[in-house]
Amino acid sequence: MTAGDVAPTPQRRRPAAGAFLKLFLRNRLAAAGAILLTAVVLLSVLAPLLPLQDPYAQDTAQKFLRPFSPGHLLGTDHLGRDILSRLIWGTRLSLVVGLVASFGAAFFGSVIGITAGYFGGRTDNWLMRAIDMLMAFPYILLALAIVAALGPGLVNALIAVAVVNIPFFARNIRGVTVTLAHKEFVDAARLAGMTDLRIMVSEILPNVLPVIVIAMSTTVGWMILETAGLSFLGLGSQPPVADLGSMLGEGRNALITDPHASIVPGLMIFVIVMSVNLLGDGIRDALDPRLRSGALTRPMARTIVDRNAVPQPPADPALLNVQELRTEFRVGSRTLKALSGVTLQVRPGECLGLIGESGSGKSVTALSVMGLVASPPGVIAGGAVRYAGTEVLGAPFSELRKLRGDRISYIFQDPLATLHPLYRVGDQIVEAIQAHHAVSKSKARARALELLEAVRIPNASSRIDNFPHELSGGMRQRVGIAMALVNEPDLIIADEPTTALDVTVQAQILSLLDDLRRERGVAILFITHDFGVVAQLCDRIAVMYAGRIVETGPTAAILADPAHPYTRRLIACVPELGEGQRELHAIPGLPPAVDDLPPGCAFAPRCDKAQPACRTGEIPLDAFGSERAVRCLFPESDQAGGAA
Amino acid sequence: MTPTLRIRDLDKRFGGARTMFGFGPEKPSVHAVQSASLDVTRGQTLGIVGESGCGKSTLARMIVGLLPPTAGVIEIEGTDYAAQAGKDPAAFGKVIQYVFQDPISSLNPRKTIRQILETPLKRLHGMPADKRAARIDEILDAVNLRREFLDRYPHEFSGGQAQRIGIARALAAAPRILVLDEPVSALDVSVQAQVLNLLARLKAEFGLTYLFISHDLAVVEAVADRVAVMYFGRIVELAPAREIFAAPRHHYTALLARSAPTVGRPLAAPEGADAELPDPLNPPPGCAFAKRCPAATEICRREQPPLEDHGTGHYAACHHPAR
Amino acid sequence: MGSYILKRLLAAIPVILGITVIVFLIMSLIPGDPATAILGSYATPENVEKLNRDLGLDKPLVQQYFIWLGNMLQGDFGRSFSLNRPVLDEVLERFGATLVLAGTSLVICSILGIIAGVVSAARQYGVADKAITFIVLIGISIPSFFLGMMMILLFAVNLRWLPVSGMYAIYGGGDLPDLIRHLLMPATALAVVATGVIARLSRSAMLEVLRQDFIRTARAKGVTERNVIWRHALKAAMVSIIPVIGVQAGFVLSGAVYIETVFQWPGVGRMLVTAILTRDILLVQGGVVIVAACYVLFNLAVDVAQSLLDPRVTT
Repeated sequence: MTAGDVAPTPQRRRPAAGAFLKLFLRNRLAAAGAILLTAVVLLSVLAPLLPLQDPYAQDTAQKFLRPFSPGHLLGTDHLGRDILSRLIWGTRLSLVVGLVASFGAAFFGSVIGITAGYFGGRTDNWLMRAIDMLMAFPYILLALAIVAALGPGLVNALIAVAVVNIPFFARNIRGVTVTLAHKEFVDAARLAGMTDLRIMVSEILPNVLPVIVIAMSTTVGWMILETAGLSFLGLGSQPPVADLGSMLGEGRNALITDPHASIVPGLMIFVIVMSVNLLGDGIRDALDPRLRSGALTRPMARTIVDRNAVPQPPADPALLNVQELRTEFRVGSRTLKALSGVTLQVRPGECLGLIGESGSGKSVTALSVMGLVASPPGVIAGGAVRYAGTEVLGAPFSELRKLRGDRISYIFQDPLATLHPLYRVGDQIVEAIQAHHAVSKSKARARALELLEAVRIPNASSRIDNFPHELSGGMRQRVGIAMALVNEPDLIIADEPTTALDVTVQAQILSLLDDLRRERGVAILFITHDFGVVAQLCDRIAVMYAGRIVETGPTAAILADPAHPYTRRLIACVPELGEGQRELHAIPGLPPAVDDLPPGCAFAPRCDKAQPACRTGEIPLDAFGSERAVRCLFPESDQAGGAA
Repeated sequence: MTPTLRIRDLDKRFGGARTMFGFGPEKPSVHAVQSASLDVTRGQTLGIVGESGCGKSTLARMIVGLLPPTAGVIEIEGTDYAAQAGKDPAAFGKVIQYVFQDPISSLNPRKTIRQILETPLKRLHGMPADKRAARIDEILDAVNLRREFLDRYPHEFSGGQAQRIGIARALAAAPRILVLDEPVSALDVSVQAQVLNLLARLKAEFGLTYLFISHDLAVVEAVADRVAVMYFGRIVELAPAREIFAAPRHHYTALLARSAPTVGRPLAAPEGADAELPDPLNPPPGCAFAKRCPAATEICRREQPPLEDHGTGHYAACHHPAR
Repeated sequence: MGSYILKRLLAAIPVILGITVIVFLIMSLIPGDPATAILGSYATPENVEKLNRDLGLDKPLVQQYFIWLGNMLQGDFGRSFSLNRPVLDEVLERFGATLVLAGTSLVICSILGIIAGVVSAARQYGVADKAITFIVLIGISIPSFFLGMMMILLFAVNLRWLPVSGMYAIYGGGDLPDLIRHLLMPATALAVVATGVIARLSRSAMLEVLRQDFIRTARAKGVTERNVIWRHALKAAMVSIIPVIGVQAGFVLSGAVYIETVFQWPGVGRMLVTAILTRDILLVQGGVVIVAACYVLFNLAVDVAQSLLDPRVTT
């Protein structure tokens, strides 16, 4: 489970003080923007009702009065006109022009974008080529050309600004629409008998609308600025009518002698644009689901550790000891207990399979070992990880970094996403060596090549200079394995390394891993959801359910005679080849949500053998025979002569 | 008996259009599906198996009319729909429906379940509002969903529930055939079995015919009557389910069956490391599997083997079939 | 790589043609008699007639376009009536000054913007991040022409550190230090908005990249955090930052129109504004086409830079 899977709901606050402050600040900023903007809008809407002087009344005897002069709160301009009155009327004009331009651009841009994105193919090609042509201009050239042709004037400036912003909307909306048009729900709507037009209006548009609103909120300030700019150049509103831009333009002529005539309208533009931007940011944050879920937080170099006590070292230390590990995701006010006390050990050279369904915590366990759980929101809230007897979760980062990739290395699931797309695979392996050993580049490269050959990449000496996208999925995963092996680690943590691969490629990778671990005596912690895979590869297995290990022991013993009802039923659900057409054994119900675990055994609600005792208290992971352990009050099997 | 679904020589080529607005050179094209022919009798489940990129989803999308075939016949209950594919999916909608792989993305996040289920009733059958409510209740019962779900939005559901909703939407169109495109591969195994059993029950209850696409051989074997194996855009083997994995004739099928990790069978390297799919832009002239095939000879590299009956409805496209 | 550049160059030709078509269509919107509009209302009848003949203004629109295009391909952009010199000469002379200004600004905003963005992302929610975010917000909200005016008031009028306007001092100027003194204020004023935009985008691009799986891989390898940020993450983030720099170049070029007006910079932007106000249509037309064509070539260079960074682009 990753942070993305926990699907947090909006408006959650993280308890960490800094994050809380930031959210508060951001909301407050957006609110401040809203208040400012409302005040400005109110002023301009009420302009005809306010006791303002005539904005056009000239009085050259009174020209360039300073602000706070009697009768002229903000002074007068070069013709002796009242600046306050002109400012409010000018603001009114600037706002209207900016808004109209923005709506115009949004409307035409969205129509073009949705049409192009939905239909694709030739329609898309032609429309987007035309848009590209418009975008090939630095936008003001186009606006200037339009104004040059139509003649200076506010309406023409408005048209010019709207037209040059159409491409921005068209491009953005098209991008979103293309993604949506390939979503399966659009296909479903087609099969449900909807026409293209209806699909665009009722399936696509509601999903695109937030994007349109976000795009508008980010451009409206810009458009106000642009129309003001054209007026500033004398190409927009013509005297005596003035918007903020032309006021600033007129004031510029007397900038040095009478700066107030420029500063007043200039500040007003700044205030408007800033408040629109603040509000726009607020709107974007509220509407953008990625930001809302807090997904855009950057995972830190190591998982935050926030634990009260460190468990005592175990009596018999193995290569890796995970003790009572509790990892949580703290999303807003919710705490998702991904792991509620995981204890396991890996001995030198052995392969331990950690098996479970999605959300059971198997990947979180794997990532917690080296502090790689994305944090925020991940927090290690308790327990310890000991490598060769040394506790690593509390160790300084420099110590932890030295272990990562050197003594304990990782192989991840999707080999395309987990290799850096812009570095050659050889360089990525070289980097793994040089991060830990002061060897020359050429030596490191020779070593990398050796490893690529060891993972049986054909033609390794030329493949070493390939980029990841030039390799097939299977080859990429071989590179991942080579990278994990390059520093001769004691332990490899393999997190579903074959799940993204096709079944024939998976078979190749599994047999490769098996050979390598036996050749090199490296221990493996193998995370998977597939019983077939563990059965073939692992010496021991540990079964996880709802953040706990429910059963552990030698692979053959558990598969032949599972003791925990969950293990037994899970094995029964998996169809196996060679059994023919039949009814499958299903487990009723769903796995519990990790933020709402029931007391007692988490599997009790789905278990047909559950007794009242199963639903209360902590159920321990008890020894079951000499090599096995099971977390169940009523184990299924008694063959192991268990102590249940 | 006339088959409910009959397709003949269905072909799909992607790309190949000319660049520069139709004046430039031809772009490279990919032959995604090559002369696929299938018959499915009423009440049967046909499984389609293959690895990623083998063309199984393209084939399925053509069969339900979401993608126009480059050539070929799609006959459903005796009517050829091929000409309407890609243009009028609604024509298909009444007789054949699709259940998608990703249950969440197949539901519009901004519509309630009720709106989603009503659409096919309204658009395909023009059903009035009062009748629709009764029909929706009926369908919900069939897929074991509670009424109170109707006014919720898709994100409130788990994968298994969302997939039931997807199935309910397909059933609402009252089709005769359901195309199930990896319907359980996004689900956890414990939920997988629930959905598979539900599908089996619905088939009997509504007299449906299934096309079940999956990469998971064990799942297909558990649900299908007959199985087609696809490799590199072609159907390479087509046989009764109980036979095809137990006694495969095509060497690719044999490799697939060998590769599936199974409890109680030791790990063995099935083939060398350089065994990969051929380049779709530059396909080999003969059998696409020849490079990986242990039994390949000269003719395999030169000539495309035809799909032939090797006795009792066991078809395989191989010059040197196993056994 | 060579073939990629060639391909991009070929693809630029239709774009430049498209630009000429758009400019031509816009100019055909001019109401009234085009020859009079081009020559101004004081033109002699002989001149009007000559122009009508030269530009084929009596012929159908399509033919007019090709005559115009043909003239341009031969380097003939017409004569500016207000300046009484060939349009091409005037535009090229002015464009040099604009390039100095806009180029300097682009360099400033790219470097500052990227650094600010990376630091901001690396210390997300820290003091530096908050400070940068706040400065950026002010930067993108302030009109560059207003900022320029305020800078003149402060640095030139009050503090007398820098010259008020122009590109070189009228007496005894002309060397590089003199140019730099004149360039400092306009280039900074012009760079502010673009710096803000690039900083914002770099920050979000970095945050996006830092969440990717390959960053986790780098950390799992034991790569130092400094390398994770400045090598792994920044390189991947540059893929989305570089196109934005290309777009910002257009914005800087656009902003130059205002800044040149405020600082009396003898660039092509100020020339265009004056030409519009004096209705010197041929000068506007020629200026727009030439600058836009150069911008297309610049964007081509951006694409090539992108392909050098990202090997997935060319394939």
